[in-house]
Amino acid sequence: VEGLRVRLARGDVLVGDGALGTLLMERGLPADRPPEWFALERPGVLEEIAGLYLEAGAELITTDTFGGSRMRLALHGLGDRCEAINRAAVLAVRRAVGGRAYVSASVGPSGRLLRPYGDTDPAEVRASFAEQIGYLASAGADLICIETMSDLAEAVEAVRAAKETAPGLPVMATMTFEATGRGYFTIMGNGIETAAAALTAAGADVVGSNCGTGIDAMVELAGVMVHATRLPIAIQPNAGLPETVDGRTVHRETPESMAGRAGELLARGVRIVGGCCGTTPAHVRALRRAVDGWVAAKGGGRPQP
Amino acid sequence: MELLPRIAKGLEEGDDELVRSLTGEALATGVSAADVLNNGLLAGMAVIGERFRLREIFLPDVLLAAKAMYAGLDVLRPRLADENVPPRAKIVIGSVRGDLHDIGKNLVGIMLKGAGFDVIDLGHDVPAETFVETAIASGATVVGMSALLTTTMPRMKDVVDLLRAREPSGRIRTIVGGAPVTAEFARTIGADGWAFDAGSAVARVTALLEAD
Repeated sequence: VEGLRVRLARGDVLVGDGALGTLLMERGLPADRPPEWFALERPGVLEEIAGLYLEAGAELITTDTFGGSRMRLALHGLGDRCEAINRAAVLAVRRAVGGRAYVSASVGPSGRLLRPYGDTDPAEVRASFAEQIGYLASAGADLICIETMSDLAEAVEAVRAAKETAPGLPVMATMTFEATGRGYFTIMGNGIETAAAALTAAGADVVGSNCGTGIDAMVELAGVMVHATRLPIAIQPNAGLPETVDGRTVHRETPESMAGRAGELLARGVRIVGGCCGTTPAHVRALRRAVDGWVAAKGGGRPQP
Repeated sequence: MELLPRIAKGLEEGDDELVRSLTGEALATGVSAADVLNNGLLAGMAVIGERFRLREIFLPDVLLAAKAMYAGLDVLRPRLADENVPPRAKIVIGSVRGDLHDIGKNLVGIMLKGAGFDVIDLGHDVPAETFVETAIASGATVVGMSALLTTTMPRMKDVVDLLRAREPSGRIRTIVGGAPVTAEFARTIGADGWAFDAGSAVARVTALLEAD
């Protein structure tokens, strides 16, 4: 396949994958183990899930490394398996997709609060991200996907770690916003424009939002973000807000209702669309159809932002 | 301005040094420790909780206010004991087994402590036995559980069931919360309470205790 940078620079639309954690739970993640356990013990499951999303039409397939930084793995006594976990997770996706999709290496929050609000030194967080990103890059990732960030300072540390450690790889950085009476903010109080500007300045190649909200809110916040950066924007909504049905929690956003608004995201300049919590291969398949339809209507494959 | 409103204001502004010195000053001029607590520190924290619930302010402001609250409490604590002010209810909190998310739970802990409750934080990935044993051994009256994953939510029911088996009197109440956790889910598993977020957790816990 063509290099990801070329496609991003050209303004191509790319489809991301959907949720991973829920699929891992369905496949028997032990209650006392982190999702990254699969990379060590059952990488075949990661291959299978990557295959499902590839078949559904995703071009960016996410690795099972969201909690794969040493800082985060240490919470499970797995800090010393950091390298093995990150390598195995990248290799599992690569085996499944070969050259047919990009391996998007997930980097999630450290789980710590940075100074001055918490007790963690920002340099320590950056080092923890840099170590993880080094393993992800050397195992052959195509993209570093920094996601679900609520603290802009931490997200910036992660982007800088990626730029220093893996300068050859494009970096996507997406944050989680929630609706307030005065617009969208992260729980730490970072607004959309501030976040987009700071991540752009830190060297990100793609910025955006994932998790926290459904497609309707994402259409709104993408409309704000597009004015705050020249970079391609990635949007990966949850399948709506969770609801309880017969004692079970479900995400009600159907593939059709989510994909029905994909065109509005693209029209606002969004260039990567995928799903987060609660989304499935069916959501990705519907997004794929919607994206293909939109691109064809625009005159075939090379939409201009 | 009077001292107590100044203490509340200083707390709202996250000025821990100011709150510490004004608290000392209030005690020195003969204001009772209970008065300083209720009409100074807790009054300020109530404003912070409400403003955070409305997202007029964000987590950093809450954290700074909580720090100021603790600064005032440090000065106040010996005098509260002297005045025989009963300690507020003890609450055991944690993220349930299999759930590693604890930022939301930490936030609940900060708000509860800020409201003057005695909080025992068991951390994340907490087994049902630990919740129940700690609550019984410590004399806690509320167990608060957090889950951020739809897959770990059922562990909340384990805690509720185990607590009912070990402490059938119903003396220890349960309250649940977390992004995917709804009021309906709380009812389904037999929990006594549910809070939408950290901002509303204090009011819900207070209501649970007043229901006695």
